[in-house]
Amino acid sequence: MADARKVERPLSPHLTIYRPQLTSITSILTRISGNALLVGALLVVAWFLAAATSQAAFDWMNAAMTSWLGDLVMTLSLWAMWYHALAGVRHLIWDAGIGLELDTAEKLGWGVIVGSVVLTLFTVIVV
Amino acid sequence: MHFLTDRKRATGLGAARRGTGRHWSMTVSSAGLIVLVPLFVFSFGAMLGRSHAEVLAYYARPVPATIAALTIVVGFMHFKNGVQMMIEDYVHGIAREIAIVAMICISYGAAALAVFALVRLALQG
Repeated sequence: MADARKVERPLSPHLTIYRPQLTSITSILTRISGNALLVGALLVVAWFLAAATSQAAFDWMNAAMTSWLGDLVMTLSLWAMWYHALAGVRHLIWDAGIGLELDTAEKLGWGVIVGSVVLTLFTVIVV
Repeated sequence: MHFLTDRKRATGLGAARRGTGRHWSMTVSSAGLIVLVPLFVFSFGAMLGRSHAEVLAYYARPVPATIAALTIVVGFMHFKNGVQMMIEDYVHGIAREIAIVAMICISYGAAALAVFALVRLALQG
């Protein structure tokens, strides 16, 4: 009875038992985008280190990050960054107790998806 | 033969009582990042692909360098807490501890390297 090892605590149902919905997909994407940003962030750190090291190191890193692969990674990171930022704002709104009704939450979800794409395109054009 | 009573075994296994602090740290850092990140994206984005001399001159200036340092440091601390939350949800056993320690090391390491690079750039230019 008093043996801690014998206690089988139930786990609450997880992701797989639910039907995918806009609200759940946008929530999962928030986590994926946030964690995936590590790649872009490390590249940015490497770029700064290279710039502080030498002309040759900078030229190499700068060329790598503006190659087609670098552009692809940085553009995807940019989208992840805008998506995560907008989704984060959505969480701050929810934390304030606002916008939790289903139709408002779904509208916010579409706002995050469309907004992140628009902001990404805008940034790519401006920068 | 068990020496612990059920009551004793259960004591201390309730809520960790640290959830509020973690949530608040994410709230504060996200509020900071919502200002810093757009500033960083457009200032860094303008420099990516430019010549070394232009980058040196630009990051010798106080405002762009400070925006970059703050964004990277606050960003990695936000990342550290966020990734720990994800690991705690999906990884179990000893792998959980290893993953959390590794991500904390990466977060502090990357942030420190970026600050070192920025200080060096600021003093070179």
